[in-house]
Amino acid sequence: MIKAKNKLGLVFFPAFDWAISPTHPEREERLLYTQDQLFEEGIEDIEGIEFFNPILAEEKDIKRVHFCVPDVKARVTKSHLISAGGAIKAFQMVMEKKVDKAFALVRPPGHHAQRVVYGDRGFCIINVEAVMLERIRQEYKDLRVAIVDTDCHHGDGTQDIYWNDKDTLFISFHQDGRTLYPGTGFIDEFGGPGAYGYNINIPLPPGTGEEGFLYVLDNVVLPILDEYKPDIIINSAGQDNHYTDPITNMNFTAQGYAKLNHRLNPDIAVLEGGYSIEGALPYINLGIILAMAGLDYSKVKEPDYNIEKLKQPKEITEYVKKVSEVVYNRWKDRDKLYIKDIKGKDYIQIPRQVYYDTDGILEKQIQNYKVCNRCSGINTIDSRSDTGYHIFAITIPRDACPNCIDEGYRLYKHTSNKYTHVYLQDRVNDEYLAK
Amino acid sequence: MLVGIDMGGTNIDGVIIEKGKIIKSIKRPTNREDLFGTIWCTLKELLEGFDKTKIERINLSTTISTNAIVEKKTATVGMIIEPGPGLPYDYLACGNENVFVSGYIDHRGNVVEDLNIDEIKDAIKLFKEKNIETYAVVGKFSTRKPEHEIRIKELLQREIKPTPTITLGHTMSGKLNFPRRVFTSYLNSAVHNTFKEFAENIKQSMEREGISAPLFILKADGGTMSIKKAIEKPVETILSGPAASFMGISAMLPTNKDAIFLDIGGTTTDIFFLADGVPLFEPLGIKIGKYKTLVRAIYTVSIGLGGDSAIEIANGSIKIGPVRKGKPYAFGGPKPTPTDAMIVLGFLDNDIFNSMDVKYVKDRAYESMETLGKIIDKGAEDTAKLVLNTMADIIKAKIEQLLEEINQKPVYTIKELLYGKKVQPKLINVIGGPAKVLAPILKEKFNLPCYYPKNFHVANAVGAALARPTIEITMHVDTSKGILSVPELDIYEKISPRFNLNMARKKALELVKENGKNIGATEDELEAEIVEESCFNMVRGFFTTGQDIRIKAQIKPGLIQQLRGDKYD
Repeated sequence: MIKAKNKLGLVFFPAFDWAISPTHPEREERLLYTQDQLFEEGIEDIEGIEFFNPILAEEKDIKRVHFCVPDVKARVTKSHLISAGGAIKAFQMVMEKKVDKAFALVRPPGHHAQRVVYGDRGFCIINVEAVMLERIRQEYKDLRVAIVDTDCHHGDGTQDIYWNDKDTLFISFHQDGRTLYPGTGFIDEFGGPGAYGYNINIPLPPGTGEEGFLYVLDNVVLPILDEYKPDIIINSAGQDNHYTDPITNMNFTAQGYAKLNHRLNPDIAVLEGGYSIEGALPYINLGIILAMAGLDYSKVKEPDYNIEKLKQPKEITEYVKKVSEVVYNRWKDRDKLYIKDIKGKDYIQIPRQVYYDTDGILEKQIQNYKVCNRCSGINTIDSRSDTGYHIFAITIPRDACPNCIDEGYRLYKHTSNKYTHVYLQDRVNDEYLAK
Repeated sequence: MLVGIDMGGTNIDGVIIEKGKIIKSIKRPTNREDLFGTIWCTLKELLEGFDKTKIERINLSTTISTNAIVEKKTATVGMIIEPGPGLPYDYLACGNENVFVSGYIDHRGNVVEDLNIDEIKDAIKLFKEKNIETYAVVGKFSTRKPEHEIRIKELLQREIKPTPTITLGHTMSGKLNFPRRVFTSYLNSAVHNTFKEFAENIKQSMEREGISAPLFILKADGGTMSIKKAIEKPVETILSGPAASFMGISAMLPTNKDAIFLDIGGTTTDIFFLADGVPLFEPLGIKIGKYKTLVRAIYTVSIGLGGDSAIEIANGSIKIGPVRKGKPYAFGGPKPTPTDAMIVLGFLDNDIFNSMDVKYVKDRAYESMETLGKIIDKGAEDTAKLVLNTMADIIKAKIEQLLEEINQKPVYTIKELLYGKKVQPKLINVIGGPAKVLAPILKEKFNLPCYYPKNFHVANAVGAALARPTIEITMHVDTSKGILSVPELDIYEKISPRFNLNMARKKALELVKENGKNIGATEDELEAEIVEESCFNMVRGFFTTGQDIRIKAQIKPGLIQQLRGDKYD
């Protein structure tokens, strides 16, 4: 019998009875062939690999992260509560030391879900990883966490949520936003005043293969993690960098994903996107599971794997090296950049537009971050959607100083009545108000 | 007249049942050196004085195959394994010779890489040199496309004379689990010769004695199969003992509720669960020795706790089992046991003392409890009570743990996760020596009714006698490829692109019935049912290209007739 080196918990919840719509990529069939592969390989019989069912996330878990407009019930379905609950269960098993590591293969995904939620964008309504992490922080107190997003699309939702949180380092590498949804994820998106430098984007050119991804990992991600020293590493494990993915243009492989997870050595992985359901997912998921369990993954490969065809062109290799250097140097210089870009300002205002591609909603918002020298600072969002809402949302961060807490409540009390809804997220007292 | 025989490691039991009544029963020791002789003598003795033409059916639960494995008297097996890409596979080398060959079939049943015939020829050469007796051929995803297994079989048959025994992996089960398919196929070939020899002996002996009743063999899933089928798939005859005892309890104390069944013996306690009166099965299959298999089996957990378990005091509290160190102290054994506690409390009838001096037995039992009691500052009787309470506590703790596991089994749909059935036992049925004594204690601990039957001594043989044929099939339909497959029945046929779930259901039920007949089920035993079904639209690009339909259908374990006149004591 095979015995895993690392005890690995798997929350495998394919939600075989749920789809966004019958022919949508996010449909019932998505994890069917992955299940076949995992079953046929006998994963459940490997000593040290244990399966868990999801729990249901609660409404409060969602409010800790999101401003659902008009409210949680209107936006979030059972399928989302289960997907987030699956991730929470995975993390809990690690925190309770029942397993060394855990991988939540859940759907729908979440990394495009931002703080304000009017609907579905990029197949996501709630940010599964953020809901998971904030619940765990509530249950187990503070953790220093790094989220490494390996989905082909920029994890713009996770970026938005952790924009101003120094205790959550967000690193995303993805296909360049000039060539793919959601069109963000550039190097200069560097974090809010409370966490400047702790949001790291590595946009990669279409056609990047194993060589490029592993170069970024070895030369940017791992050195930064070494310096950041997180308590927990989370892999936001999208699988659409694969060479067979129908909606992206990269050349990554199952072997590559396995190697990446081996070297990254995450405590938790959560499935995100990946829609080559037959030719990629069965093999990538198998590879990630074996790598996380500390087992030999060298024999995992796709049916049409062709090392010659997937070789990365030289100009891409050169470009990736250049991008990596720029990103790493910015990380190294983050304190200098703070002085240059932030210091001396009282507030940082970010006006932006957010498009909900799945639901066809356009949102305009102004985020306002207070520069506070005692905490990461209170921040607000003034947001208007073309569905008729105009909301004001106030966040008192986890580390808020008494002044920022007071200011938050004052703002909530005296908000002008031009808004349809006003929300207060008090992360210090875990209180969530709406009017 | 129905005849049931259950051969265990220690004893062999036989019963004759007529119109739901036990009309004869015997119990004899098992002679491990001569299993066939044991069975045959027991059968002959059991049938003495009865009209042999009145026998409708003989059902036999045997340890022939299990024993061959335990005593390593199996045939040598040459394995040809096609692992394809994926997990490392060296650990699958379970045969006497193991050859891993190239070739690759993917999860959709596409041939990605062909066989290399030279490798197969080399394997055959090796097997001949090593005088291999039987063979097994197993490929990853062979259930989805058995082509490679079949071609290798043809090569083996062409090159090896006389026609060898060859097990093909896909015929063992339609479930997906390659390592288990390898081990199951290995075991099937390994015990084949032993079982076949036994089957032929018994058939000949029956003919000689003028017994023409059909002979069935009990399986670990609580059902039976014809002797002919058993020769094809002897791996299914392994570990049928617990199934016999389960079916025995079902016959003696029928229920259609969620329930716990317990068989408390001298050395171990077997625990079973029912959901709405139907036994829970092992999710994939039973473990035989070190091998996890795809052999369907009633879910049983055996714990080292019985009437003869040794008792010690550890850290001021009573520890029972998990080992048996010999007979109970009262009967001259080395250690105090729960049986001693029962004697002290006057719960056991003198007739079980086997003609030993009653006073001697009782004195020794008292002495054992007194000695234990001194350590924990209690009298003999209080100690004895504490022993029985502890025994019930151990059972309860184990059951609670198992129920928690059972109710957390993985589910894959939102509906199941939110509204899936949870097993919540409403009653306990218990058999075995200590059953009568423990029943009231268990009743109180669990706060559930707890029943025990009068005739528990022959429960296993009764269970064997009354068990019906069972069958399970796994159907997979891929309408975009136009293929319907049922690996267990070796069915791989073309279907129209318009084939749908309804048609698949109908077809599955027909196949179950038809094959139920083939394994010897009578018309009224053909209660076919669908146990699982799913249907996925297969979408490529933005178009539906077909449907992926999956169905499990079965004839579930059941009783040929109800046992009458043996309700509660």
